[in-house]
Amino acid sequence: MVLHDFFFYILAAIILGGGILTITRRNAVHSAIFLVMTLIGVAGLFLHLQAEFLAAVQVFLYVGGITVLFLFVIMLVNLDEAAKQRQFNRQWGLALGCVLLLVAEVGYFLYQGRDSFSFAESSGVLLQNNTQAIAMSLYGDYLLPFEIASLLLLVAIIGAVVMAKKQI
Amino acid sequence: MPPVTPVHYLFLSMALFTIGVIGVLTRRNVIIILISIELIFNAVNINLVAFSSQFASISGQTFAIFVIVAAAAEAAVGLGIIIALFRNKETVNADEIDLMKW
Repeated sequence: MVLHDFFFYILAAIILGGGILTITRRNAVHSAIFLVMTLIGVAGLFLHLQAEFLAAVQVFLYVGGITVLFLFVIMLVNLDEAAKQRQFNRQWGLALGCVLLLVAEVGYFLYQGRDSFSFAESSGVLLQNNTQAIAMSLYGDYLLPFEIASLLLLVAIIGAVVMAKKQI
Repeated sequence: MPPVTPVHYLFLSMALFTIGVIGVLTRRNVIIILISIELIFNAVNINLVAFSSQFASISGQTFAIFVIVAAAAEAAVGLGIIIALFRNKETVNADEIDLMKW
């Protein structure tokens, strides 16, 4: 049980360290690389929570797909000019203040209600055949949302092509 | 180190969400704003999967898959917009894109 907890703290450190480096780097390529670090940390956390299928999807789709798309656009758009300029906008002080207020509020209420999140110990029986269970849920209970998601992806593909085209 | 309870996952998720919101609100570069939105999506997914494992119910993981689908669609359309924007305005700074600002 101690090893289980130890891995949680290691993964949390990877996720938060990667996240902080992602939003503070000047070079957008470095940001994307640290985003990969955060995403792999989250995939590790999914494995830690016995969601093997989702960990694989996270690595395939996020690290293999979305991050490569980001890197592709970063290479396509000339960012040398932007890297030399100011990196934070003029309202950053006000924005940081608002965010810290939000964190203080949410953190306070989470800390106050920390005992109410301790439910009965999970049995782990349902999560045995993880991929099979997700398939049964996706094609059973959530069939209509699944079809709508496929329609959303179709619309997104057409939208991206139209947006990136020179002349329509 | 205290033993890990569900509230630890909530605090981790809150911290990652906060990092994402700070990135969205303070950075000027549009691409890094989009990257920060991905961090926010991941914070939501951590919450969903943590509760899915806690309740021994698979629905949370199914919802996480839908969140990943929405993130993929958002990234594709967002990056298409950035390419169109860079072609027209030659800038990637969010505060210089003020055509509709009075």
